[in-house]
Amino acid sequence: MITTSPSKPVPTSLGDLFISFTRLALQGFGGVLAFMERELVERKQWLTREEFVQEWAVARTMPGPPAMNLSIVVGARYFGWRGALAASAGMLCFPTVLILLLGLAYVQFGEHPEVFTALRGMGAVAAGLIIATGLKLLTALKGNPLGTSTCLIIVLLGFISIAIMRFHTIHVLVGLGALGCLLAYRKMRT
Amino acid sequence: MNTAPHLVFTWSHWWELIQHLLALSVASVGGPLGMASEMHRYFVTQQHWLTDGQFNASVVIAQAAPGPNVLFVALLGWNIGMNAGGYLIGLATALLCLVSILLPCCIMIFFAAKWIAANQALRAVKAFKQGMSPVVISMLIASGWLLATSNADKLTDWPLWLTTAITTLLVLRSRINMFWLLAIGATLGAIGVLN
Repeated sequence: MITTSPSKPVPTSLGDLFISFTRLALQGFGGVLAFMERELVERKQWLTREEFVQEWAVARTMPGPPAMNLSIVVGARYFGWRGALAASAGMLCFPTVLILLLGLAYVQFGEHPEVFTALRGMGAVAAGLIIATGLKLLTALKGNPLGTSTCLIIVLLGFISIAIMRFHTIHVLVGLGALGCLLAYRKMRT
Repeated sequence: MNTAPHLVFTWSHWWELIQHLLALSVASVGGPLGMASEMHRYFVTQQHWLTDGQFNASVVIAQAAPGPNVLFVALLGWNIGMNAGGYLIGLATALLCLVSILLPCCIMIFFAAKWIAANQALRAVKAFKQGMSPVVISMLIASGWLLATSNADKLTDWPLWLTTAITTLLVLRSRINMFWLLAIGATLGAIGVLN
């Protein structure tokens, strides 16, 4: 299933996949997508930014947690079902143990005001990580057949309808998504 | 906070729990965190398997903990299991819930990914990926914005806004370690600098 040029780095083994996804999952406090981009695109360079965005589009559109979906798409790309298992196991194994321990600790310390303010501080940073990752991914739209200006209009419309007008994301995904797909389909005619 | 219920679960209760999560899984576009209100209605209001406090704590912990946000379903299961018996049942229920919410959608995405890889030359497949790209990027930026505003909704919260803005610039302009940024944010929050 590998369609990339031979010079591009690929995961060397199932263990390589498992460890990479464990690494990014354990760092991803408050959401793992920023860490997926950093690990898969910038550090390991298994995917170009364009490939990452396109796989993310599939992962975000299908049912299921988008980050889990993306791990399965990437794992399957190199090692079929075994790759999908290795990548998704990496995402889940250690974080599941950790979260159950945190659940126990929360019963003890959850009432401390410092826990609340620390979470607020972390949330503010996590928001910055997500926004920065989204802005970085914008550069991947350069080669999009829709054209840069159409892409930016869609991004702006999506942002306003979700962040400002508070539309439900599923409505935006279906409505704007259908528009984007139709326009792209027409542009690709030649 | 009201006290946790003592649950006596029969096989039909377990089956109801599994069934509910399997059904949610196939409908959970964007992840199960987006269905938190539906899960709250089912687990807390309808079935009384969890208290309000247990449910909310599970969501808060999962958002703050490392790993994908779907792990809050494992915590819900952990709490249900604890209410139904103890640590061992808690652990088993956590894993049962996680598998139930993940298995259907993971199988679906696996076969979808296989089909898309096999048909990636099709015009419709290309148009889908390219047409969806700007939409999902906008949703990502918007979710970051919503996360920022959920904590900081007043002008006096400007230190939090500043933290988000500086983080965004640092990640865009440098290859700074994002994990340490999170640690710094938590520390500043804990010592009260951001209030």
